[in-house]
Amino acid sequence: MKIFEVIDPGLHTTVQDLGRIGYQKYGIVPAGAMDDYSFQLGNLLLGNERHAAGLEITMLGPTLRILNDTEIVIAGANLSPTLNKQPIPMWTSIHVSKGDELGFGKPQSGTRAYILVEGGIDVPDVMGSKATYVKAQIGGYEGRALQVKDVIQCHGSVARITENSMTSNRRKTISFSATPNLEMNSVIRVIPGPQESMFSEETIEKFYNSTYKISTQSDRMGYRLEGEPLIRHNSNEMITDAVTEGSIQVPSDGQPIVLMADRQTSGGYPKIANVISVDLWKVAQRLPGQSLSFKKVSVTKAHDELRKREQLFSQLHVGVTAHTFSKI
Amino acid sequence: MSSFTVMPLGDKGIRIDLGNVISPAINSYVHQLGELVEKRSIAGIEEVVPAYSTLTIYYNPIIISYESLKLQLTELGSKLSPSAKWKRRKIILPVFYGGILGPDLEYIARYHSLSIDDVIQIHAKPVYLTYMIGFSPGFPYLGGLDKRLATPRRSNPRKKVLAGSVGIAGSQTGVYSIDSPGGWQIIGRTPVPLFRPNDKEPTLFQAGDYLQFQSITKEEYESIADECLRGVYKTVIQL
Repeated sequence: MKIFEVIDPGLHTTVQDLGRIGYQKYGIVPAGAMDDYSFQLGNLLLGNERHAAGLEITMLGPTLRILNDTEIVIAGANLSPTLNKQPIPMWTSIHVSKGDELGFGKPQSGTRAYILVEGGIDVPDVMGSKATYVKAQIGGYEGRALQVKDVIQCHGSVARITENSMTSNRRKTISFSATPNLEMNSVIRVIPGPQESMFSEETIEKFYNSTYKISTQSDRMGYRLEGEPLIRHNSNEMITDAVTEGSIQVPSDGQPIVLMADRQTSGGYPKIANVISVDLWKVAQRLPGQSLSFKKVSVTKAHDELRKREQLFSQLHVGVTAHTFSKI
Repeated sequence: MSSFTVMPLGDKGIRIDLGNVISPAINSYVHQLGELVEKRSIAGIEEVVPAYSTLTIYYNPIIISYESLKLQLTELGSKLSPSAKWKRRKIILPVFYGGILGPDLEYIARYHSLSIDDVIQIHAKPVYLTYMIGFSPGFPYLGGLDKRLATPRRSNPRKKVLAGSVGIAGSQTGVYSIDSPGGWQIIGRTPVPLFRPNDKEPTLFQAGDYLQFQSITKEEYESIADECLRGVYKTVIQL
């Protein structure tokens, strides 16, 4: 059914899900929600599948006319969401009615917010995913960011995971302590990268002991960082290999780049480290001008953290009341 | 086999280095291992991605641990053999060289003091190896460019190079698979799309394929372009 008409598209609003898996050997990256944590929490609050497609909005949110009654959740960055110009809460399901106007105001914290809709946004699957990959003009709404007058469809209640979450009238919400804290995440955990050995011990130490500022040249492809340059002592060219989300590349000027959702599948710059999966959303929510620093952890630790997060998701999935969750 | 070094790439990737050189022999190990891994269908593996001398496997750590995956991959690694044979495709890619579709062809000819026909003939002669796909969807990293054509990139990159453009950059040649900014010297264009997102095989080339360019006339270009548009063009593939 029709759900949104775009009155103002905002800065960069795209349809995203958890990405296109299985096509990197063809040079096609997964794309998908930059803050996969908020995205999944939001969907679970609606009783949706975790991968149900939603809208990712960036800094300046869109203005959307609601075309049918439904439930929505706003998750991720606090971009001052409003319904008919009145402030509405985040991280809670909101009933919206035909003719309502969903809008956003001043960015309060974070960079990317998600509009999740009961049943998920309905656009054609391209290679098994609804994620927009703008560079290749595939997925999402005609392979591009939303524009004025676009009309967006949703699945309605079809994609719901459980009937009981739908039939209960109780508004689902999540306690403040379980919502992602967007302000306190300047320390990002990483695993050493495959080309760490191309750097001297002093340079590696510098990487872990410095603070890097996020440059304004940061987007869904990658975050450029500014700070202590990481110069390689050996000038051997490396052979192009696979890169992944969170790979921290160091080009010859020594200023690291953190690769994000719309990266390439391969790259020729040495990777000094790689952000662990559960910390990617923290990078995605940082703003240009804010800082980041890096802390080394083991693969085992990264997997433990991922397992913890999965447990939280599956508890939410079976519909246990959200306020019983402690902060993770 | 020269080497087998296993390393993590983040917490969902495992990277196997089969020898730190660009060579058809090492690259064939990469593809061999990739096929063995795909055939084994190990639970938890999500993607198998070949590069020049490395194979990267993306996995779900909730389903399989790094250590267990490493063990299974190392076991598969012991099966690699330099004499292993498998079917490779050779794809013939028609290209119109020069004119407005290949605006840097004259520059390249002048740069190397060759005639335009020489450049075309030298470029269309070799059988190129697709070492890997990367950079953009369906973009083949090719090996085999004749050294006589090696030319530096343009000093001012173009804002938009159209999909299908065939170019030279340093000692590499390649074909733009989607419209993108780029600094390669453009010598021609193929009417055949390399990226077809709605097909079962979303790209014309796969890692391991051979490629040979075929010089075509403007008329042939137009007629192939039309056939592609109507979805009736049959790519020439030799086995």
